[in-house]
Amino acid sequence: MKALCWHGKNDVRYESVPDPRIEDPKDAIINVSSCAICGSDLHLYDHFIPTMESGDVLGHEFMGEVMEVGSEVKHLKVGDRVVIPFTIACGECEQCRRGNFSVCERSNRNRALGDKMFGHGTAGLFGYSHLTGGYAGGQAEYVRVPFADSTHVKVPDNLTDEQVLFLGDIFPTGWQAVVQCDVQPTDTVAIWGAGPVGQFCVRSAVLLGARQVIVIDNVPERLSMAQAGGAIAINFENESVLERLKELTQGMGPEKCIDAVGLEAHQSGTLDAVYDRIKQATMLETDRPHVLREMIYVCRPAGVLSVPGVYGGLIDKLPIGALMNKGLTVRSGQTHTQRWMKDLLRRIEEGQIDPSFVITHSVGLDQGPGMYQTFRDKQDGCVKVVLKP
Amino acid sequence: MRYRITAPHGQRSLSGADRLARGLGWLSLGLGAYKTLAPHALTRALGLEGQESWVRLSGARELLGGIMTLTDDPTPGLWTRVVGDSADLVLLGSAWSDPHNRKRDTAGKALAALAALTAVDVYCAQAVNRQHAYQAGPTPDYSLRSGFPRPVEEMRGVAGDFETPRDMRHAFPTPPKIAVRELPDRAARAI
Repeated sequence: MKALCWHGKNDVRYESVPDPRIEDPKDAIINVSSCAICGSDLHLYDHFIPTMESGDVLGHEFMGEVMEVGSEVKHLKVGDRVVIPFTIACGECEQCRRGNFSVCERSNRNRALGDKMFGHGTAGLFGYSHLTGGYAGGQAEYVRVPFADSTHVKVPDNLTDEQVLFLGDIFPTGWQAVVQCDVQPTDTVAIWGAGPVGQFCVRSAVLLGARQVIVIDNVPERLSMAQAGGAIAINFENESVLERLKELTQGMGPEKCIDAVGLEAHQSGTLDAVYDRIKQATMLETDRPHVLREMIYVCRPAGVLSVPGVYGGLIDKLPIGALMNKGLTVRSGQTHTQRWMKDLLRRIEEGQIDPSFVITHSVGLDQGPGMYQTFRDKQDGCVKVVLKP
Repeated sequence: MRYRITAPHGQRSLSGADRLARGLGWLSLGLGAYKTLAPHALTRALGLEGQESWVRLSGARELLGGIMTLTDDPTPGLWTRVVGDSADLVLLGSAWSDPHNRKRDTAGKALAALAALTAVDVYCAQAVNRQHAYQAGPTPDYSLRSGFPRPVEEMRGVAGDFETPRDMRHAFPTPPKIAVRELPDRAARAI
């Protein structure tokens, strides 16, 4: 089959790889009808996530039709149309039973590696390094889905791929980012990053009733898309984020702050941005935490910081004093996708939201390598890329 | 819907210019290490004895340019190399034009090689700059892409049936909703 494979920093190739096969009775094989490039795939593309190996199949946002099921799969049959969450979950361990699917204790087959890196391993993920199991990803014609009974949501035929594809990652990720802020009708929610996850944070905050939603970015078309969804836009190239946020909150700061940027924060003209660039280039720091610093500084005391943006390693100069003394609550983590998929599917069916608004580019899988670069460099108005195998 | 159908690249994301930039980055690191650690060997070979400090400085600049060229945005690193190449050309030019320099031939060959390398640096910097220009292309109008079936104000709070799970509720008490909502100014909110 054909797939997009990682071959090193900035080197993604469209090439032939062996077809997947059932390896465990709980597996299913999916014939992929649509997949997407996620913002967090760019961290792999730029090689900020360790333990990638040449030839790894990328992609963790995909859907399709069930082609084959293992002997112990009970809830899926050949022909079912499914969206696959990016987090592989066994559905049986203690964490899964608590609803903490992204830290499933059984799905990461390289758990020992995660134990060494993070103290405790996390769930297996599709196409996202050997730290998370080394599973082949979904930017391919076919995918093996382990623990298939608890790693899917069935979708009806009357909804298009474009309407439901993002149930596998960015929609639940934006949703959870806002849910873990416990939004109140009096709240201002400030969201750093108007990329695809940031866009879904905006819509989720509106649907969940936030009084005011603010988004911070420097890409005009992304800001206009966020404004269309109900956000007030701050372009950090043109105005001071701190001053504007103070002005919009009568000096008190936003109660809820969301980092939808992660480890590759772009910021021009600030001392800490230059500092982070140098430290990252000289391998003295793996991640650039400008957004975290800004959130801690600007958040209203006793507020909540929600971090759906991906971080991979170590950061420097985090203002822990401000974090502690202001009594801020920090909530983060990979998304417990399975926890939200069915509810969000219902909301799509009821017409509360049509997630396809975010798609700006739709191309064949063979054009995927070039789209990685277009997406990374934010060229051609690119916000979200859908690939068709 | 109005998706763009583009086919800007082939089947590999790393272009020839990207690969060239990477090669120049590693070359820069190698040259930088050599100039920094063994300046005497270089000055002897080129008849530039007494210029070791300049060579070391040039080596440090090569190291910086190499590191910058190997980051995810190689363009500034490549232009740093071009500027450094220009300074080195001046130094080598003086060695080549010195009639008393017994190593004029070697200096001349080094000058020619560096001139060619400078041309490659300029070509590569321009190619990479064109290819990776941040936010290049048109700025599309996405102002109608709300994703909602009705105006935003009608959608605010539509998911009010959702109950925040216990494990994700705010750690600190929030003010009574009705009382605070009815108080518009800062003083009132602070109650």
